[in-house]
Amino acid sequence: MSDTRITSPTFADVTRDVARTLEPPGNLYFSWMSVVALILTAGILAWAGQVWWGMGMAGKRVPQMWAMYITSFVFWIGIGHAGTLISAILYLFRARWRTSIYRAAEAMTIFAVMTAGLFPLIHAGRMWFAYYLLPYPNQRSLWPNFRSPLVWDVFAISTYLSISTVFFIVGLIPDIAALRDVSSGWRRRIYAMLALGWEGADSQWRHYRRAYGLLASLATPLVLSVHSVVSWDFAMALVPGWHSTLFAPFFVDGAIFSGFAMVLILILPMRHFFGLHAYIQEKHLDAMGKLILVTGLLLTYFYVCEIFTSLYSGDDIEKASLFWKVTKTYAWALWLMYFCNCVSPLILFSKRARTSPSVLYVVSILVLIGMWFERFNIIVPSLGHDFYPYTWGIYYPSPTDTMIVVGSFAWFFLLFLGFIRVMPSLSVVEVKETLPPPMRDKTHAGHR
Amino acid sequence: MPATAETIVGVFAHVDTTVRALEELRAKGYHDLTVYTPVPVHEIEEVLERDRPVSRVRLFTLIGGLTGIVSAFLLTIWTSLVWGLVTGGKYFQFGPGGIVGSSLPPFVIIAFELMVLFGGIATVIGMVMLGRLPRFRPSASFDPRFTNDRFGIAVHCAPGRSPSVREILRTAGAEEVRA
Repeated sequence: MSDTRITSPTFADVTRDVARTLEPPGNLYFSWMSVVALILTAGILAWAGQVWWGMGMAGKRVPQMWAMYITSFVFWIGIGHAGTLISAILYLFRARWRTSIYRAAEAMTIFAVMTAGLFPLIHAGRMWFAYYLLPYPNQRSLWPNFRSPLVWDVFAISTYLSISTVFFIVGLIPDIAALRDVSSGWRRRIYAMLALGWEGADSQWRHYRRAYGLLASLATPLVLSVHSVVSWDFAMALVPGWHSTLFAPFFVDGAIFSGFAMVLILILPMRHFFGLHAYIQEKHLDAMGKLILVTGLLLTYFYVCEIFTSLYSGDDIEKASLFWKVTKTYAWALWLMYFCNCVSPLILFSKRARTSPSVLYVVSILVLIGMWFERFNIIVPSLGHDFYPYTWGIYYPSPTDTMIVVGSFAWFFLLFLGFIRVMPSLSVVEVKETLPPPMRDKTHAGHR
Repeated sequence: MPATAETIVGVFAHVDTTVRALEELRAKGYHDLTVYTPVPVHEIEEVLERDRPVSRVRLFTLIGGLTGIVSAFLLTIWTSLVWGLVTGGKYFQFGPGGIVGSSLPPFVIIAFELMVLFGGIATVIGMVMLGRLPRFRPSASFDPRFTNDRFGIAVHCAPGRSPSVREILRTAGAEEVRA
């Protein structure tokens, strides 16, 4: 275990270093916030235009009634998955390297799901009727169709958001208590309220530890189920290119792949600007790089499987759909996806690349582009080339839907930038747990 | 704890000295202890959990999860009985020969999601209730250093015993002993 241990800092150093990240930020931070807020405003205006003038503004026409919005919905849900993987699954496996990045990853999960949740509402047009999706008693005794994957999705996504949020808040309680006891003034009062009077007494820890383990055990199957359910939105339909049993594992793997890329995009600048090199070390980057590489190779395998199943199916419509995707209108998007998701992560076979922040950053951006286009390639070309030639069609993005998608990135980054300045983005308690506990008799030190 | 009891708090900088004090206190028959730690420490838990039952939080999780499963099946089956929508040839109806139709499998997905949702929320409720949170005032024996880098033992004892408790804490290596 000694190779995964952070050796230099003491318990008091950890509290101090985390409290330091919450000091008043500089101009650089506010200029980033302003840029992000401006882009978000443009997105909100585009959405207001769509509400005012109608869904035609979004460029949606038959046959591609699912286009950029559902692409982005699936993309953002996928981003969230890495956070739960790091916070719950790696917790159960006692992977100690997760401690310094899990808080940021978990926050990312919640913000990504909050971003994803906007898209079905934007996509549905009249979002003030969104409550129709929920089973609520009404005088006409109408109920949702529980055999529909879209209703499963409502349950899966809302459960995912609730449980991730609960898990996140439970993890924050002892950390906020630690910050409460080193801060002063109004910050102290707010932290005192949020910490619920946590004192770290043994009677609190024993229930806390048990509850945390149980929440992790509940979140683990949940995270795998969520993207499986999202994939069934497609796989349950008969559209060529969608109707496949491959979809659930294919989507879950892609989700984790893109999520890790987003975690790196968030923690690399955080590490640089907050000077957290003692906590987020090269070995953490190395581990993240390995996970991107593994999930990337697995994804390549799924792509091969997808093509093989289609060729082997003996179904002319399946084969025609595949041929059209690979060679015609949207072929550039498909080949871009293959390059970003299958070729670019291969550089991570080299350890030097895995420990170099700039290489990791570039690979992460390529992966995110690739994964966004993967969802695009599943949705748009498949819908554009199904059973009958008279239902074929080409979709072009409009300024409105493009701006809304760009605005969603701004919304996500705004939430994250806000978070890292008010809450501990590094877990005080879990980082301390990985340190050797203070011993007076040094012969015992470090036997953990 | 009777109103006349006293509380003595020992502040420690090290895990091994805290464990030593705990062992000594328990050997001398002091069992009404509160231990404060910045992180859960395995060595200390080992001493404390020796004669304690496992935390009852798991009971909350179980009840929450089962409630989720039952309510999901009730919701899905009952709504498909009152709103008989036939999709894909699948429906759910009570007929002369019992249940007719076969749409239970998709309802398992709803049951799974609600099991996780209710189970998770019940777990947190259990943690908050059993840990007696929220507390609006810090307890008398709490010290802000206990969330940072110090370990604390608060011993609740009969009034006459305090000199002996102070002696045990100090011998074990407490940095500071106070009432």
